[in-house]
Amino acid sequence: MSAANASPAGLFDCRDAFAGALRELAAADPRVMVVVNDSVGSSKVGGFRREFPDRVINVGIAEQNMIGVGAGLANGGKIPFVCGASCFLTGRALEQIKADVAYSEANVKLCGMSSGVAYGELGPTHHSIEDLAWLRAIANLTVIVPADPIETEQAVRAAWRTEGPMFLRISRMPVPIVHGGDYRFEIGRAVRLREGDDVTLIANGTMVSRALNAATLLADMGISARVLNLSTMRPLDRDAIIEAAMETGRIVTIEEHTIYGGLGGAVAEVVATTNPVPMRILGIPGVFAPTGSAQWLLEHFGLTAEGICRAALELVRG
Amino acid sequence: MREQTIKMLGERANRIRRASLTMVHRAGTGHAGGDLSAADLLATLYFAILKFDSREPKSPRRDRFIMSKGHCSGALYATLAEAGFFPIEELETYMWPLSRLNGHPNCVKIPGVETNTGPLGHGLPVAVGTAIASKLDGAGWRTFALTGDGELQEGSNWEAAMTAAHYELDNLTVIVDRNRLQQGETTERTVRLEPLAEKWRAFGWAVAEVDGHDYGALLNLFEELPLSPGRPTCVIAHTHKGKGVSFMEDQVGWHHRVPTAEELALALRELSEVML
Repeated sequence: MSAANASPAGLFDCRDAFAGALRELAAADPRVMVVVNDSVGSSKVGGFRREFPDRVINVGIAEQNMIGVGAGLANGGKIPFVCGASCFLTGRALEQIKADVAYSEANVKLCGMSSGVAYGELGPTHHSIEDLAWLRAIANLTVIVPADPIETEQAVRAAWRTEGPMFLRISRMPVPIVHGGDYRFEIGRAVRLREGDDVTLIANGTMVSRALNAATLLADMGISARVLNLSTMRPLDRDAIIEAAMETGRIVTIEEHTIYGGLGGAVAEVVATTNPVPMRILGIPGVFAPTGSAQWLLEHFGLTAEGICRAALELVRG
Repeated sequence: MREQTIKMLGERANRIRRASLTMVHRAGTGHAGGDLSAADLLATLYFAILKFDSREPKSPRRDRFIMSKGHCSGALYATLAEAGFFPIEELETYMWPLSRLNGHPNCVKIPGVETNTGPLGHGLPVAVGTAIASKLDGAGWRTFALTGDGELQEGSNWEAAMTAAHYELDNLTVIVDRNRLQQGETTERTVRLEPLAEKWRAFGWAVAEVDGHDYGALLNLFEELPLSPGRPTCVIAHTHKGKGVSFMEDQVGWHHRVPTAEELALALRELSEVML
């Protein structure tokens, strides 16, 4: 990840780390390929294409075909990273993801780009706020939501190293770095980014940095908040969730996704069946978002440090 | 030599038909009509055209056969068993509890199956992917996909058809089992496919039409592949649903009707008599 990619505010577009890791892997492993639906630019794989022109298959605007082609390439011994805007890749081709990739145990890496409400003003057709609910319901599919460039880069390498169907949710929304240089991403392991006893804030993707900021606000009020980055949605780190419930007694989940069936749902399924504790589930509240930029929408839905702080306070103060 | 091959294919196809009908009867469910329309195509491909080693089903250089019309699993399993991928006796477990022979093929469990199909319009995109992989590696192995005809109403096929032509996949052949019947009606009264050959040509494919029950014609055609360098090939195989059993032929009801014990006995007798 080069410093040139950092915005003045120290924010990063995770697609740069994604594309950089892919190029390095491709240089080392001729099996690595990219499949796109006319999304070379939005997936930031233009550099990859310049270096490895034969190893980018552009199927055109045809997502069902794109997933099938990915499965076929995997059958032929390739490791395809199938990249498209998450809203289209998942919504348009869900049956292909289920049958051709997950059920067939094809070694396909699905990369849902520009997920969540990143497309802001373009509206609900382009928002991908149902993808995690859809995908985590599918057997055999590993689902990963990296939080920053460091985790994105490592998640791409883990996807390459680990045989089997996988979905990576890659945001285009600028995020700060939340992991240290010594961070080691492991599929299926949630990471504690801040210790705390009064409440646990569980987030992933773009919401992790906001949860960390909320924990700072809470600390100023004398409330000790644990922050858990639950970057693997499937398989779920049940132990980390149960520990959070037992040790902090309260849980707030934060996701750039509908509150139905995503991170909050996954955590609640574990908490309710093991060690029930009060929870708040923050996300998009089951509506099609109104017109607004991505940042405006996140504020509108309370997905800010202040909003998270308020929800945690409600829980702690009863 | 050619006559011997044709005789052998007839015997194989006859066993595939008898096994399929017996399996569907025992299971109490299945798609007998489409099993029988595809039997000669499967026999010709597996016993005269495809290169594979059933003892090494994952050999990287094998030809890929992709059964897009996955509901005709009876014929596919009977073919795979005939070809030695698993014991013929296992066909008796078709769709029984915990059998790996599910109503639709599962590549994770059954050697010789390349991808999981069942929902229609899935096979051709996967076949495009395998064909691209072979081209990239400069490997000689080829891809064959068998689709139903009603299945071509799924738009994903036409997405894949465009991609195949664009990438000049002359190592890819799709065979359309053109039995003219889908679940409830003829294709033409449902949503018409004709002019089907012109559609494929317009999508950039080389097209041939053939009697899908004529082994000699099928062999002549498959031995000529690719029909046109730089183009994928579409073979429209004109077939009859229920082929080989007089009371099933061209009857839409036999799409997924299950033969009774009497019907099975009658059908097996007809099929045995042909071989005498």
